[in-house]
Amino acid sequence: MSLKIVVCVKYVPDATGDRGFTEDLTTDRESEGLLSELDEYAVEQALRIAEDADDAEVTVVTAGPEDANDALRKALSMGADKAVHIEDEDIVGSDVFATSLVLAKAVEHVGYDLVVCGMASTDGAMGVLPALLAERLQVPQVTLLSEVSVAEGKVTGRRDGDAATERLQAALPAVVSVTDQSGEARYPSFKGIMAAKKKPVESLDLEDLDIETEQVGPEGSRTKVESATPRPARTAGEVVTDEGDGAEKLAAFLAERKFV
Amino acid sequence: MAEVLVLVDHLEGAVRKPTLELLTLARRLGDPVAVHLGPGAESAAATLGEHGATRVLAADAPEFADYLVAPKVDALQAAVEAVSPAVVLVSSSPEGKEIAARLALRTESGLLTDAVDIAAGDEGPVVSQSVFAAAYTTTSRVTQGTPVITVKPNAVTPEPAQAAGTVEELSVSFGPLATGTQVVSRTPRESTGRPELTEAAIVVSGGRGVNGAENFALIEALADSLGGAVGASRAAVDAGWYPHSHQVGQTGKTVSPQLYVAAGISGAIQHRAGMQTSKTIVAINKDSDAPIFELVDYGIVGDLFDVVPALTEQVNTRKG
Ligand SMILES: Cc1cc2nc3c(=O)[nH]c(=O)nc-3n(C[C@H](O)[C@H](O)[C@H](O)COP(=O)(O)OP(=O)(O)OC[C@H]3O[C@@H](n4cnc5c(N)ncnc54)[C@H](O)[C@@H]3O)c2cc1C
Ligand SMILES: Nc1ncnc2c1ncn2[C@@H]1O[C@H](COP(=O)(O)O)[C@@H](O)[C@H]1O
Repeated sequence: MSLKIVVCVKYVPDATGDRGFTEDLTTDRESEGLLSELDEYAVEQALRIAEDADDAEVTVVTAGPEDANDALRKALSMGADKAVHIEDEDIVGSDVFATSLVLAKAVEHVGYDLVVCGMASTDGAMGVLPALLAERLQVPQVTLLSEVSVAEGKVTGRRDGDAATERLQAALPAVVSVTDQSGEARYPSFKGIMAAKKKPVESLDLEDLDIETEQVGPEGSRTKVESATPRPARTAGEVVTDEGDGAEKLAAFLAERKFV
Repeated sequence: MAEVLVLVDHLEGAVRKPTLELLTLARRLGDPVAVHLGPGAESAAATLGEHGATRVLAADAPEFADYLVAPKVDALQAAVEAVSPAVVLVSSSPEGKEIAARLALRTESGLLTDAVDIAAGDEGPVVSQSVFAAAYTTTSRVTQGTPVITVKPNAVTPEPAQAAGTVEELSVSFGPLATGTQVVSRTPRESTGRPELTEAAIVVSGGRGVNGAENFALIEALADSLGGAVGASRAAVDAGWYPHSHQVGQTGKTVSPQLYVAAGISGAIQHRAGMQTSKTIVAINKDSDAPIFELVDYGIVGDLFDVVPALTEQVNTRKG
C-alpha cells in the first residue's frame, strides 16, 4: 500500500535582508528569496516518514512566483520525488484564506494520505495555514508537532503546548505541521542536487484548479492593511563598559525606572 | 449596544491574564460576552464579571479536553450564531490562533492575528500589528463578515469594570471533524512558581553566553530578585540548558514585558522578533559589537558572570 505525502513549502524573502512593503502595502517580494527554513523541517519529516514506509511518494507543492521554483528544487534535492508549482498572476496579494484554498485544491489534485506543513512562514508567520488546510479538506489537524510518526494508517505526534505536552493521534488522511524542534533538516547531497534536475515539476494555474480569480488575490481577501509605519528606531540607550561598577550602574538605572 | 465575544483561556476555571486583557479591549468595541469551554465556568464567572463580562456562555463536554482544537471551533461557532457579535476576540496563543482561523473560515469572516492594539472605528475595529520582526507597525481592518481578532498578551493593562457575568448555558452540537484528533495523553507543565513567560511584566533571558545548564541558576536568581520570568535564546535551548517552553523568539514565545533583560544573548533577528516590543530593554554582553546593544535602553559591556550575580545582590539590597 503506498503512502502519498504532500509537503507544502513556501518561498520567502531572506529574513536576514531588509524587509518592507510595496506601494500597495503588500509584502515586497523583490528581494532574493529561498525555501523557508521552517519548511525544511517539514520536508525532512516527510522524507523520514517516507523512508519508514514500505512504499511512499513525496510531492512538494508551492504557490508562489516563478522564483519559487528554487524552493521546489531545494526540496527535490533533499529527496522529494516530484513537485507542483502553482503560479498565477491573480494569486498575488492573496490572504491566508485564499492561499489555503489554492493549496487545498492543489493537494486534492495531487492526491494525499498525509499533508505536511511547516509551523509558520518565516515572512507572514501567522502559523494558521495548516489548520485552515485541515478545515478545507475536512480532515484532522495534527499541528505544531515536535515529534511525528506514521504507522498502521495513523499519524501520532507530540505537541508541546502552552500549558501541557500532548500526545496526539489521528487516522489518515490528515494535515500535520512540524516545529523546528522536530529534527535537523538534511543537506542536499551532490547526488541529490544532480538527481533533482531530472525530477518532474508540474505547473498549475487557477484554471487547472477550478478556482475563480475573484476567490483569490486582493479581491478574495477579507482584510485590508490601511497603514504601515516603520517602527521608530529605538533611541540609542546608554551602553557602558563594566569596570567593576556595571552592576551598580544597572541597578541604579532599574531603580530610576521603578523596576526595583 | 453591540456585543463582543471573548473566548476565555483558563485552566479548570482559573482565568488566565490575557483573557482579562481581551475583556478590557472588548469594552472599547461593545459589551463583552465571555465564552467559557470546559469545567469551572461558575468559578471563572466572578472574575469575568469583574472585568466587564455581561454574560458568560458556558459549555462543558469531555470533547474539549479529549480532542484537539476542532471541538472548540464548533462551540465558538455556536456562540457566534447565538449572539451575532460585532467582533470575536481570542488570545494569540498557538491554539487560540488555530481556533480563530477555522472560525473565520467557517463564518466567511476576515481574520487578524497577533494584534498589539485595537481601536473602535467607523467601519469596524482598527487593529494594530507589529510585523517583520517588529520593524513595522501596521493598522488593518476586516472587510468581510464578523471580524475575528487574536490579541497578543500584554497589549493592554487589564482594568476591572463590574458587570453581571451571568452564566448561561451554551448548547453545542459537535460536527464530524470534532473528534478527528485525539489527545491520547496530556502532561501538564510543572509550575516553576515564577510568572508565566508571555504574561510576565519582567523577563530575564539567558543565551549562549550562560555557558551551561547549571549556570542558568544565575539567571533564575536575577529573575527572582525582580519577580520576573526566565527566558532563553534558541542557542541555550538547543544546547539543552533550558527547556524549549522558555524560548523567546520567532519559533518560541513572543514577549512584550515592561522590562526585558538579555544576558549573554547576541540579538539575532529571530530572537529580536520575540522581544523587540518590550518597553525597556537591558543587555549584558561582553562583546560591545553585539547587535542587542542597538536595542537597549541600558547596556553593560561586561562578563555576565560578574555583572549578573552582583546585580542580583544590588536588587535584593535595594529591596531591603
Ligand atoms: C528559522 C529560525 C528560527 C529561529 N528562532 C529563534 C528563536 O525563536 N529564538 C532565538 O533566540 N533564536 C532563534 N533562532 C536562532 C538565532 O538565529 C540565533 O542563532 C540565536 O538567537 C543565538 O542565540 P544567542 O544569542 O544565545 O547565541 P550567540 O549568537 O552565540 O550569542 C551569544 C552572546 O553571548 C555573549 N557572551 C558570551 N559569553 C559571555 C559572558 N561570559 N558574559 C557576557 N556575554 C557573553 C557573546 O558575546 C554573544 O554575543 C532561529 C534561527 C532560525 C534559522
Ligand atoms: N504559498 C505557499 N505555498 C506553499 N505552502 C505554504 C504557502 N504558504 C504557507 N504554506 C505552508 O503553511 C505553513 C504555515 O504558513 P503560515 O500560516 O503562512 O505561517 C508553511 O510553513 C508552509 O508549510
